[in-house]
Amino acid sequence: MSEKATRAAYGEALAELGAVNDKVVVLDADLAHATMTLTFKNAFPDRHFNAGIAEANMVDMAAGMSTMGLIPFCSTFAMFGAGRAYEQVRNSIAYPKLNVKLAMTHAGVSVGEDGGSHQCIEDLALMRAIPGMTVICPADANETRKAVFAAAEMQGPVYLRLARLASPVFEEDYPFEIGKANVMREGKDVAVFATGLMVSAALEAAKLLEAEGKSVAVINVHTIKPIDAECVMEYAQKCSRVVTVEEHSVIGGLGDAVADVLMGKICCQFKKIGVQDQFGQSGKAKDVLKEYGLTAPQIAESIKEIL
Amino acid sequence: MNTAELKQFCTEVRRDIINMTANAGSGHPGGSLSATELMSAIFCTQMRIDPKNPKDPNRDRFVLSKGHCAPCYYGILAELGFFDKAEFQNFRQLHSILQGHPDMKKTPGVDASTGSLGQGVSIATGMALGAKYLGKDTKVYTILGDGECQEGQVWEAFMAANHYKLDNLTVVIDNNGLQIDGSNDEVMSLGDLAAKLKAFGFHTIELADGNDIEAVVAALNEPTTPGKPKAILAHTVKGKGVSYMENQVGWHGKAPNEEQRQQALKELEG
Repeated sequence: MSEKATRAAYGEALAELGAVNDKVVVLDADLAHATMTLTFKNAFPDRHFNAGIAEANMVDMAAGMSTMGLIPFCSTFAMFGAGRAYEQVRNSIAYPKLNVKLAMTHAGVSVGEDGGSHQCIEDLALMRAIPGMTVICPADANETRKAVFAAAEMQGPVYLRLARLASPVFEEDYPFEIGKANVMREGKDVAVFATGLMVSAALEAAKLLEAEGKSVAVINVHTIKPIDAECVMEYAQKCSRVVTVEEHSVIGGLGDAVADVLMGKICCQFKKIGVQDQFGQSGKAKDVLKEYGLTAPQIAESIKEIL
Repeated sequence: MNTAELKQFCTEVRRDIINMTANAGSGHPGGSLSATELMSAIFCTQMRIDPKNPKDPNRDRFVLSKGHCAPCYYGILAELGFFDKAEFQNFRQLHSILQGHPDMKKTPGVDASTGSLGQGVSIATGMALGAKYLGKDTKVYTILGDGECQEGQVWEAFMAANHYKLDNLTVVIDNNGLQIDGSNDEVMSLGDLAAKLKAFGFHTIELADGNDIEAVVAALNEPTTPGKPKAILAHTVKGKGVSYMENQVGWHGKAPNEEQRQQALKELEG
């Protein structure tokens, strides 16, 4: 299976989108080489605006540009875009429902060496709490491309969560519709809802468990908000055991979004796999993921605890 | 509008500010009254706008970065016919088109939702940048408070306005010297604002009396240096026009009671 970072796919998708949609402009905060908006800049230099190391101003300039009829894609690291500029996103983009796309890279602990200060594990929680925000976390490079085009197609604010680490690209071509989860694998013993890089890890974990005779369903919840409540209900009912897997804090992210759907409606065993209310740290990305229990064998062990 | 008409317009807006805040029992009269000439002159003498077509894509844009001074903004928009003055009764009430701070989704003529200080100037910068990119001749105006300039984001926006050579952007600072907790100097000294604006690359005009409508219009009419954004640093009087509010820090965010309303309206008969 080939590997590619979702941030790399983002840069390429932006350049492709720019060629067919002249309303698309891109803002970055001195990280174009890392967020990969550089790919767009190389194709359309006069449509790429560097805000310098000033994320709050970047986000609000994007708001202003959108009121002129443009479709700004705004990128920096998730820590700064969703974290530092949270209130700008909340008040100047989401509150007036402006058509700005916030594509933030280097989310999660898979950032690796840069350490805990740069590993944003709260962005899904922050963005999900904002009324009217669409929150998407693509599972691979192909899905990222589709998510970029879908985000540009829809009217209103979108948060796209992207990763630094190169990750497996699925061979099969899955459909992508905002708000519609993809069932990647059927199963009856436990329903595993995963998002982002954790989808491929969950699929691998499911294979390990299959060898032990366990039947594991894996659902790719690429849209955290609005969440596919119908799909969540269906698989929770069918399997009566639910596990969520995310490269994010277990507070406020996918796990809580799934729990919100089920709470008071269904009785099932439930487990959230993710970063357990702690900060990340430096290390090689794969070592850091292992430190926080987010590799396939660890996820398999964790799932087994409720089987 | 000639000078006499502009003066009358400002008096009407001041009466609107008093009535709106008194009706609501809350709101921000002090900074609304200090900014009245600045905002009225922008709307009445500079902007290409059509109250009957508030979303005209070719209109000029205004952003009230000091969003709490919404009563002045609403007064001007209603006087110009963007909506009926009867709406003043609903200011700050449930389901009103006149929110406590400007809301572009609710109020005809409002180009940006503001109120969280420091953000409006960045939005205006983005509008000016977008207009340049699109090749439009749109002009963008924004009014900031002096206390607002304590927000670091303001200086991020100023840097960007200069970097992108936004000579279609006019930034006006309502320098009334007071903020919620006291004078600017008591709370957080702003230093030499005019020098700072110049250092940030602005074509800078300092106005000794920002409540002198003729001087304000002249400053707005002065062409900027090509490639440079324009800044007008206007020294104003907080609470201007209402004797008991003038230069009183306590009238930043407090509404007049009925007796105070009547006194203010009497003083504002002109």
